[in-house]
Amino acid sequence: MGRTLAEKVWDDHVVRRAEGEPDLLFIDLHLLHEVTSPQAFDGLRKAGRQVRRTDLTIATEDHNTPTLDIDKPIADPVSRTQLETLRKNCAEFGVRLHPLGDVEQGVVHVVGPQLGLTQPGTTVVCGDSHTSTHGAFGALAFGIGTSQVEHVLATQTLPLAPFRTMAITVDGELPEGVTAKDLILAIIAKIGTGGGQGYVIEYRGPAIEKLSMEARMTICNMSIEAGARAGMIAPDQTTFDYLQGRDHAPKGADWDAAVEYWKTLRTDDDAVFDAEVHIDAASLAPFVTWGTNPGQGAPLSASVPDPASYEDASERHAAEKALEYMGLTAGQPLREITVDTVFVGSCTNGRIEDLRSAASILQGRKVADGVRMLIVPGSVRVSLEAVAEGLDKVFTEAGAEWRHAGCSMCLGMNPDQLAPGERSASTSNRNFEGRQGKGGRTHLVSPQVAAATAVLGHLASPADLSDVATPAGV
Amino acid sequence: MEAFTTHTGRAVPLRRSNVDTDQIIPAHWLKKVTRDGFEDGLFEAWRKDPEFVLNKPQYKGATVLVAGPDFGTGSSREHAVWALQNYGFKAVISSRFADIFRGNSLKNGLLTVVLPQETVDRLQKLVEADPAAEVTVDLVDRQVRAEGISADFELDENARWRLLEGLDDISLTLREEPSIVAYEANRPSFKPRTIEV
Repeated sequence: MGRTLAEKVWDDHVVRRAEGEPDLLFIDLHLLHEVTSPQAFDGLRKAGRQVRRTDLTIATEDHNTPTLDIDKPIADPVSRTQLETLRKNCAEFGVRLHPLGDVEQGVVHVVGPQLGLTQPGTTVVCGDSHTSTHGAFGALAFGIGTSQVEHVLATQTLPLAPFRTMAITVDGELPEGVTAKDLILAIIAKIGTGGGQGYVIEYRGPAIEKLSMEARMTICNMSIEAGARAGMIAPDQTTFDYLQGRDHAPKGADWDAAVEYWKTLRTDDDAVFDAEVHIDAASLAPFVTWGTNPGQGAPLSASVPDPASYEDASERHAAEKALEYMGLTAGQPLREITVDTVFVGSCTNGRIEDLRSAASILQGRKVADGVRMLIVPGSVRVSLEAVAEGLDKVFTEAGAEWRHAGCSMCLGMNPDQLAPGERSASTSNRNFEGRQGKGGRTHLVSPQVAAATAVLGHLASPADLSDVATPAGV
Repeated sequence: MEAFTTHTGRAVPLRRSNVDTDQIIPAHWLKKVTRDGFEDGLFEAWRKDPEFVLNKPQYKGATVLVAGPDFGTGSSREHAVWALQNYGFKAVISSRFADIFRGNSLKNGLLTVVLPQETVDRLQKLVEADPAAEVTVDLVDRQVRAEGISADFELDENARWRLLEGLDDISLTLREEPSIVAYEANRPSFKPRTIEV
């Protein structure tokens, strides 16, 4: 019987297989950041162990870093200590680090791909659940806990329990104005936050094949929000074109050998998935969340659902709690929800294509009065590219704030946070209670919806802007 | 890691589904560089409410958490497990755990037990009616027992053995050094490297 893409990559990394034990898998790339690594390095030190493969390990600073005044000392002493701890650990153990201020610094899941380190058929891990992002290249990539970070540092391997495979086939074509973010939010709403549990998801079908690498990363990034172990997309010419010429992409004869191998990384025609889901791309529309988990979403044209409409008691209860926390009432049209903050950035939507699409909507328009809009590039490289294209000017002229690279408002670990009761439209990945700051309320959206929302002051798509006057010549 | 064989203690019913790791331990607690001192951050936002179940005096000192479905979703933060352990929990029972959280818990000796939702409901009702009721989580016999309830649970044999023996994964893997060296010798030259060594 044929094998799926995930099974092929898994099989190629088995160091040891024994009956009744988890497979021991080799890890090709280990990404580190300041939050989930200090206790792991400490464990190594206590056991007198070294980092086995410093040449397969790289670190950056992202979660704690401020996005303003980065040349000044970090104000929060606890954040500063955590960053300093990473610097000391990397120096002591010989790990390559891109600290705040470095040209390669940025959100760890933006940095790996742009350096060309994330490659098809590799195993990629990081102490961060959004490591699933790297699956966009046909890598088997998953988030791990700190004990596993220590394990990989010490052994470059991980014992891993077997997984099940799920195919999510997206047929047809995404309508104009519908993006990868809308697609993944719709998928999570369909299968639920536990729907992918135990599975490695392979996204496939014509609508997936048409997506750019940036869009594929957005999809795979949020696989974890469906509870999946990982998300993957088979590598193709789009993948190869993205990689060729990048710093760490193979060169010369190695490139040819790599491409030859990468072309074998496709699910065999006779392979069988443990579960299959079909989505009709043409049926999709801009999608936003109304609740406090990423599965609580609906098309922008819909209204806040009535908890009473849920048959399942636990879902009904979750919806009631969510509406209470979010300050929403059943039946309220989603388009009438006003926001005070708009955030464009994160490992989900902080890449150059995301900034371009937000800029294309903001060009010649203004952010609504009373709305604060933060644009946070995913990495310094993305920032430089955006500046070279003049996007920063578009944002600042529209009244948005152009910030330094980092995780920023995706999570409440740095100065960029919502105040209690504030409401955001955010291109990030989690709308959990307090995720963007204590008492903050989050609506997950695409960069396009974020930009249109910033202009109108309420949840909106670019199509809603047709009646907003734009200056001549734009 | 401390071995886990069997544990008996009072239990707290947490009637919420989709309790994500941001609720278990909010991000601002993740700036610490140690594995201890997270107990005050556990469910921090909810604990501000005097009516929150953990604040009720009758559940003080409980060591078993009986949670709703999809417990531990979201972020990979192992701090969520440390916070539960620092607070005093030895075991968590739910009908469904998020994968990463489950893996993290078993690596730290916090036993996560999967039982059918119907059994979880019965356990919650029991400890709501009688907060002094004791719940036994027995890893030797793979069974949860409480008054009028006896439910077998599954845990793969390898994970169970590691927990029963309190074994450290890294030491076990380092015994496989020859296999790792052999694998490394055959890796293709086109695989990425972060630095030249």
